Amino acid sequence: MSNDLWIILIGSLASAACALVGCFLVLRKQAMMGDAISHSVLPGIVIAFLITQSRAPIPMLIGAGTLGILTAFATNALERHGRLQPDASIGVTFTWLFAVGVILISAFAGHVDLDAECVLYGEIASSPWDVWLIGDTDMGPRAVWILGAITIANLIFVTLGYKQLKLTSFDPEMAAALGINVTLWHYLLMGFVSFTTVGAFESVGAILVVAMLIVPPNTAYLLTDRLSRMLIYSVIIGILSAIGGYWLAWLIDGSIAGAIATVSGALFLFAALFSPTHGVIAGYIARRHALITPD
Amino acid sequence: MTDTTKPVPIEVHDLTVAYRHRPVLWDVDVKFPEGNLIAICGPNGAGKSTLIKAILGLVPLASGNVTIFGKPANGVRKLVAYVPQRESVDWDFPTTALDVVLMGRYGHLPLFGRPRKRDKEIARHCLDKVGMLEFANRQISQLSGGQQQRVFLARALAQQTRVYLMDEPFAGVDAATEKAIVTLLRELREQGCTVAVVHHDLQSVPEYFDSVMLLNLRMIAFGPVETTFTTENLNKTYGGRLNLLTEVGEKLRKQQWNARG
Repeated sequence: MSNDLWIILIGSLASAACALVGCFLVLRKQAMMGDAISHSVLPGIVIAFLITQSRAPIPMLIGAGTLGILTAFATNALERHGRLQPDASIGVTFTWLFAVGVILISAFAGHVDLDAECVLYGEIASSPWDVWLIGDTDMGPRAVWILGAITIANLIFVTLGYKQLKLTSFDPEMAAALGINVTLWHYLLMGFVSFTTVGAFESVGAILVVAMLIVPPNTAYLLTDRLSRMLIYSVIIGILSAIGGYWLAWLIDGSIAGAIATVSGALFLFAALFSPTHGVIAGYIARRHALITPD
Repeated sequence: MTDTTKPVPIEVHDLTVAYRHRPVLWDVDVKFPEGNLIAICGPNGAGKSTLIKAILGLVPLASGNVTIFGKPANGVRKLVAYVPQRESVDWDFPTTALDVVLMGRYGHLPLFGRPRKRDKEIARHCLDKVGMLEFANRQISQLSGGQQQRVFLARALAQQTRVYLMDEPFAGVDAATEKAIVTLLRELREQGCTVAVVHHDLQSVPEYFDSVMLLNLRMIAFGPVETTFTTENLNKTYGGRLNLLTEVGEKLRKQQWNARG
């Protein structure tokens, strides 16, 4: 398989995995939790790296998962006991944890292959060369295996927990009254967001992973009135962004991750303008129509 | 009047709830008898919604306990259907009226189970009961406030329980919805269900309800409307804060006068 196709596959898997959990972040009005977690997993990754002295995926996922849940927990605690507004508590938590990560990298890991540049912007362009070797057998790019596993895990999580995720997002009080453990599902979601973030992290970086988590689900939100379709559409839009982004990057010889996020933003703008149900233009026509033919 | 051998649908004992060390409900003791339509009335901030949430286990109790049909509330809460305030959810959520009603079936489904054909039939039947079947596939943001309220009622009905707790179902609804709710309440009473409703419109209390609970941090009074919904009790509940009060008192006197005549 050519490197172009590997990169597109990696971008698509990262987008799909992010979109699946991102939909629920958006619906819970916790989009910024995605931003927070994608940054605050950094110290977890660095610590895992320092302990194992390798970029083995399992320790990294454990480190990131721990920090992700810790972020969700700390945010919640600051909001409850520190009497901070939700956005302020998110801002305090993740900037601090990210800063700790930056210090750890610069102090202990700066001379090895985990650098701040990679963390912020990712290195999807070189990921096809980072292959997984079993003995001497080339199993293909590591990122494909990691992101593929995360995508499948997210798919299973969203399918099995569909009912609970839906109800705890729409009406947490009703969910609690029915005996669904709302807190547990919140932290489960945050855990899956953390895993997803780490997987996508290496490829697209901490900043653009937020775009993958939030933008395709928001675009899908504008195109449908059903949660199940929103999930499917957001995955398709994420994959289209990856393909379109790769093409754009090739065209202008620029950053692939940046181009993927740019295309995904352009698709959002397109949906915001032209969506038949929620679009600006459809709304304008409907209002004009209502003015002409009042009922 | 109440059968002592039969467990009471809801019994609240010595209930105190506090937010940040400030009590919002103080030492409430009450039994909701079976087959009763109960209005929970009191001024803003009196703890009406908190009482409902405490019964449902949605807020931590500072002291006291709640039993449902004689059993500790934890674990049997599914026996109580809840109609939250309409503003408590985001109506832009990508889902349909039928989907929301199906959520009422979730308590009957296994952990990873999906709603089956029978659940969908029940949900459609419940939508029909509140006159909303034709809107089954409508996205919920496209419904009027009253229609949204009726969807919430249908969802509670879909839980197929015998106890209903409703938080201001009459708030800001149109006349058609108000009528639909009243019909539904009476139907539930005929089936022997117990319904407690947080209610703001004092004037309609004698018409719609059997019993009334007057609440203002503490429970002021609880009992049949005829004996409990008195000017004296209302004064105790609302203090002098309600201009409407004299009007209601007037109405009540007239009603009693008419009854005598």
